[in-house]
Amino acid sequence: MSSASIVLAVAVFLASAVEMVEALTIVAAVGVTRGWRSALEGVGVAIVVLAVLVAALGPALVHFVPLGALRIVIGAVLLVFGLQWLRKAVLRASGYKAKHDEDAIFAKQVSLLSAEGPEPQRRARDTTAFTVAFKGVFLEGLEVVIIVLTLGSTAHNLGLAAVAAGAAVVVVGGIGAVVARQLAGVPENALKTAVGLMLVSFGTFWSGEGLGIHWPGSDLTIPVLVGLYGLATWLLVAGLRRSRTRTAEASLA
Amino acid sequence: MPEQAGDASLVRRSLVAFGRFWWDFLVGDTPELFVGMLVVVGVVVLLVHLGARDAAIGVAPALVIALLVGSSLRGRQGA
Repeated sequence: MSSASIVLAVAVFLASAVEMVEALTIVAAVGVTRGWRSALEGVGVAIVVLAVLVAALGPALVHFVPLGALRIVIGAVLLVFGLQWLRKAVLRASGYKAKHDEDAIFAKQVSLLSAEGPEPQRRARDTTAFTVAFKGVFLEGLEVVIIVLTLGSTAHNLGLAAVAAGAAVVVVGGIGAVVARQLAGVPENALKTAVGLMLVSFGTFWSGEGLGIHWPGSDLTIPVLVGLYGLATWLLVAGLRRSRTRTAEASLA
Repeated sequence: MPEQAGDASLVRRSLVAFGRFWWDFLVGDTPELFVGMLVVVGVVVLLVHLGARDAAIGVAPALVIALLVGSSLRGRQGA
């Protein structure tokens, strides 16, 4: 397996895991409040719709769009998307933005769903539970679909990307089934930083290659870019933390 | 006729929703990242066109890092 394939699999797995944690928080809130049957039906339908999207759009991208153009466009999209993730992770790590609090999201969902009224009769489908679980999984999953399609089709390895995403769904789903309401323990910001670094690295590599850059060492450039961007991110977080501490001290003095 | 008008309206709404999804996805509340990406691509195109491919190898990641720093500083001010 080449270094690019390894980074591709890790990037898709981590991105899917992060989105799965967010979706799982919503599903757990629905299941606990309204019952698991309709919540799991919503999850099942959302996963089928997302899988159909990948199956329909993936091969079309790979077979009908020229690789050079695909790499420029997808590289640019990944660059923007990855930088958005990385920026958010930097601001959270340096204390300028509140960390994603799964416990708070869980509590908010539970109170919203409790206010919706009583659960329907045992055998009837709970439309509220179904809809909220479907929307939660579908919307979070849509980002995973975009990552699977962009990374998988550009690397001509859609199968590996889909398997990595599927593995994340199984692993996070399994862990979620055990811990259910303790999702706040997941180091989400660290995962988000890792995914952001990989997306930005892939974005730089592919858009550059599509535009005519010949990277030294070819695919080996990707881990080098991950390291370079990782170092820059670490320095940026350290600098922002110091600046925040100095501002807080100055306001106290 | 009313059926055709309904179809046209559905198509228009779908297109608007599709456009809004991509706008939120790529631009959202960080337009500087989208504009910055266009600048990075533009500079690389220029360097490759001028025959400075080797320079582009260093310039592209440097511009991406500058973009991350600039956008994070902007985010800090808004926090």
